[in-house]
Amino acid sequence: MFLQNLITKVTEQFSDSILDTTEFRGETVLHIKGECVLEVLEVLKSEGFHFLADLTAVDNLEMGGFERYSVVYHLLNHGNGERLVVKAYVPENNPNLPSVESLWKTADWQEREVYDLFGITFDGHPNLIRIMNPDDFKGHPLRKDYPRIGKGERKDFPIVERNIGTKIGRSES
Amino acid sequence: MDRREIKSNFLTTTVESAVNWARKNSLWPMPFGTACCGVELMAVLAARSDIARFGAEAIRFSPRQSDLLIVAGRITIKMMPVLQRIYQQMPEPKWVISMGACASSGGVFDTYSVIQGIDQFIPVDIYIPGCPPRPEGILDGLIKLQKLIEKEKFSDYSLPNSS
Ligand code: SF4
Repeated sequence: MFLQNLITKVTEQFSDSILDTTEFRGETVLHIKGECVLEVLEVLKSEGFHFLADLTAVDNLEMGGFERYSVVYHLLNHGNGERLVVKAYVPENNPNLPSVESLWKTADWQEREVYDLFGITFDGHPNLIRIMNPDDFKGHPLRKDYPRIGKGERKDFPIVERNIGTKIGRSES
Repeated sequence: MDRREIKSNFLTTTVESAVNWARKNSLWPMPFGTACCGVELMAVLAARSDIARFGAEAIRFSPRQSDLLIVAGRITIKMMPVLQRIYQQMPEPKWVISMGACASSGGVFDTYSVIQGIDQFIPVDIYIPGCPPRPEGILDGLIKLQKLIEKEKFSDYSLPNSS
């Protein structure tokens, strides 16, 4: 009931930015526009959703959606145990949305991960650099149009020789 | 000293085989355990398999003190430069064991970030199959490596430009 009231309240307050509200496997999903994510989450946090359980992204290339990418925020209310999923959609040509690092410190590394693997940038993030791939890595491998076996990164290394003779240990078999 | 005494007190051999005998029975491994194989490697050190029976129990975590690099686990594109640096830091003579399917071929991880076999980029002497290899397999690999070391010649160690 609490969640229903909150959803109604938020939908009225941000009527332009809320795209849809759906229900999946007992969890409420709030679909919103990317640019207003900070304001919406700020309200949700002040209403009891104190805990950012997860922050990730989805590439809707084949699945379809309001936009190409959605950044997904899983919120948890410790007070009554309710959960809420917020999906913020960002377009393909300018995948950019405000950072929520100011609300939850944990978003720092998770936004870096989303940036590393999806190429979505976060405005106001204090240190938006790659977190898992090497710093000189090109591309964003979790995008659906990135080939699974990569673009030759795994073949791109100098060959280290033993630098001392060539037949060591293999004189006879 | 009479002849009988000489016979029972001296042993004749070549320097080469004496050195190789010492080398093969005192391998100091440097474990490069990046995944589940690394955990399996620890089992070989424990009492049941006891790699100490083959003189290779002195695990060194510094490449400068070891002569056997055991690569146990998948190597990612971020880890490969580290592995190469560690290999280059090891003093001669040195050998490399590629342990498990991942180190030898990438295993099931046919993705952009996993090296499909470390032997593309560093020299490997022994490959141990398995996912993970059983301790017996690792011991078998070690014994095979000892057989290789036995047959090494000093002349093999000529510097590439010296001949
Ligand atoms: S070969 Fe199997 S056990 Fe070894 S690192 Fe790969 S997945 Fe893990």
